[in-house]
Amino acid sequence: MSASLEATRPAGQKKTFGKSTREIPHHTEKAKKWYPAEDEAAPRKVRKSIRTSTPRSTLTPGAVLILLAGRFRGKRVILLKNLSQGVLLVTGPFKVNGVPLRRVNARYVIATSQKVDLAGIDEKKVDEIAGDKYFAREKGDKKKGEEAFFKQGEKPEKKKPSSSRAADQKAVDKAILSAIKKEPFLAAYLASSFSLRKGDRPHEMVW
Amino acid sequence: MGDAEIKASSWRLVEVGRVALIHGGPSDGKLAAIVEIIDHKRALIDGPSTDTKTAVPRQSIALAQLILTPLVLEKLPRGSRTGVVKKQWAAAGIEAKWQESAWAKKRQQKERRRALTDFERFKAMRLRKQARFEVRKSLAKVKASA
Repeated sequence: MSASLEATRPAGQKKTFGKSTREIPHHTEKAKKWYPAEDEAAPRKVRKSIRTSTPRSTLTPGAVLILLAGRFRGKRVILLKNLSQGVLLVTGPFKVNGVPLRRVNARYVIATSQKVDLAGIDEKKVDEIAGDKYFAREKGDKKKGEEAFFKQGEKPEKKKPSSSRAADQKAVDKAILSAIKKEPFLAAYLASSFSLRKGDRPHEMVW
Repeated sequence: MGDAEIKASSWRLVEVGRVALIHGGPSDGKLAAIVEIIDHKRALIDGPSTDTKTAVPRQSIALAQLILTPLVLEKLPRGSRTGVVKKQWAAAGIEAKWQESAWAKKRQQKERRRALTDFERFKAMRLRKQARFEVRKSLAKVKASA
């Protein structure tokens, strides 16, 4: 046992029995008269550590990505920013293919070699969206208990896209859309979605 | 008895001077002439092309790894050395003839198509569609007038 633990031990007391004195340990230090029937669960030690993630070299802002998972799988989108822990901030742009400003996992993405010029983009807005709070869930006044129980049969109100989000989308996409227009076929390319065809070998293909 | 017409076969033969395309192995896709036939399975080849993409050093190779082309160095002596092969190769214009052939062009196109990026593949698809549309349009016009 370590020295610090030794020091915190409750002190015993000295007692005299006839001629001699003996040290009696503190009552908490005595052996227990019973054992617990079941072992107390000790929390497992976590041996992982959170490390900083380095994005793949192909994941540079402005790159066209192919999403592989989720609601928008197969869509070709534009990378805006690398967030922490392998998360990417992407946009469709919404007007071109219906993909909104969205965070995606870098693992479920193919980076193509095509780049879109992000010059003139609203950096401040992008940084604001990239912050922790932007995509946080709103705390609504959720009805619970009796009232919610009786409302079970009724359909819940449909979530409407907030107007501030729509405005942000427009502000960010504006510069990107003008850049897309300059390159022929690029808008149609982004609007089309990717899928494997007969004989396609994705591991041998050049992106 | 009826008359039997005897014609020489038009097969491509494994013969000294035959130009072959190497298929598989470390020198896949290179062009070489057969210099000597070693046995029923192997031949000595030499590819003295000036283009490094098709040149291949003198070596023995299994016939299974060769695809015979219609090109032949007619007067190549058996077992001739690299210098002689090189001279005849240049005189016959093998490289130019090979580049012009539909076979080589198809191979080149395949290689190019394989190297396309995702966006380029999309553009190729779109342009092919446009070309097809024009062809069909003119065909419909001809059909309607006929």
